[in-house]
Amino acid sequence: MDWLTPEEWGILLLSLKVSGVAIVVTLPVAFALAWVLARWRFPGKVLVDALVHLPLVLPPVVTGWLLLLAFGTNAPLGRFLDDYLGLTFLFRWTGAALAAAVMALPLMVRAIRLSLEAVDRRLESAARTLGAGRIRTFASITLPLASSGILAALVLGLARSIGEFGATITFASNIPGETRTLPLAIYGALQIPGSELQVVRLAVLSVLLSVGALVLSEWLARRSGGRLRHVL
Amino acid sequence: MSFEIDVRLRRGATELSYAFETGNGLTALFGPSGAGKTSLLDAVAGLVRPVSGRIVVSGKPVFDRERRIDLRPEQRRCGYVFQDLRLFPHKSVRGNLEFGWKLAPQDQRWLAFETALEFLGIGHLLDRMPATLSGGEAQRVAIGRALLSGPRFLLMDEPLASVDTARRGEILTLIERVRDELSLPILYVSHDRAEVDRLASRIIPVEPAG
Repeated sequence: MDWLTPEEWGILLLSLKVSGVAIVVTLPVAFALAWVLARWRFPGKVLVDALVHLPLVLPPVVTGWLLLLAFGTNAPLGRFLDDYLGLTFLFRWTGAALAAAVMALPLMVRAIRLSLEAVDRRLESAARTLGAGRIRTFASITLPLASSGILAALVLGLARSIGEFGATITFASNIPGETRTLPLAIYGALQIPGSELQVVRLAVLSVLLSVGALVLSEWLARRSGGRLRHVL
Repeated sequence: MSFEIDVRLRRGATELSYAFETGNGLTALFGPSGAGKTSLLDAVAGLVRPVSGRIVVSGKPVFDRERRIDLRPEQRRCGYVFQDLRLFPHKSVRGNLEFGWKLAPQDQRWLAFETALEFLGIGHLLDRMPATLSGGEAQRVAIGRALLSGPRFLLMDEPLASVDTARRGEILTLIERVRDELSLPILYVSHDRAEVDRLASRIIPVEPAG
């Protein structure tokens, strides 16, 4: 595979690492939020709903700036995480992952929430009368019936996080080997005369990644026996 | 006494009250649609919490407001045949039948799996998915799933509602066999007089809430 330079391989691997970590960390959070929004009724729910959706409607640059305010070295939250968990975000790949996670969150919550709301709760009560407790009912009825939404959330989240640009460059900057993911590298290459071919290669890579994620999800959906025919 | 029921239920803005005791066999709750019969079955199953009162099944209280007893649905061990069947769409017929059967402790599985298949005539359906079943087939699977969970009592909500006339006689006979051969207390909901007359050893009229 010599159609990519070692530098470009590095960019690809960094992109996959950043997005992979972002999605894996976000999935349980997104599921919990989707569950709360789909099943609970409490005062202030509208506020939680709006807050979750904020990254979807704000300009990404603003989201990046808000992340700077929250997780910067002098921000209380950022200092706390640095002191107690040794987690720093600025100019690090973890910062790129955090930005990607925050941008992917609303899409993932939406997909999971829709599928949870579509689960027929009468089936859950039927499982209870057959002797299944809450946890078993969740694991054997609710979760399988919502699985298409969870798969959709993974695909949407992955696509969104691989394409993340504005919040990342604002919050984590454009550091080669740390935060220079595919979109940032393409943007960088566009600034340099004579690197048009690199732009083409990186753009083709982006297209392959996105189409690959879609094909993978369709394949998974088919493999499940037709019950998840359409993911998106 | 099979069922000793004295409860008040809230359904929307109205409050419904029921008070009756039944002997062995099949007790029919008879009345027009919308009278709250299903709400009562849901309360006996533990899916709906009554405002007040008590529910005792075969001498064991499953709900008693004053004594603060409120068993969870999975602890009540009822076999509930729902009006809308509620077969699990992502599980095969076998998966549906085995769901409650596997959860029942071994000494409480009073019905063997093979016996149930034969009794209900559903052995040939095991690998089918619920969406591919006819109304009568789905109905028999729903009854089988309830019986196989090793229940102490049965709740049947219009079990003939989704069945065409040709299959009705077959399922009526089946319910009679369950009633006579298995001798479980049964609470049976219907708005069809002929059906109730044929099956019930006791009929409780249920009027719509004024």
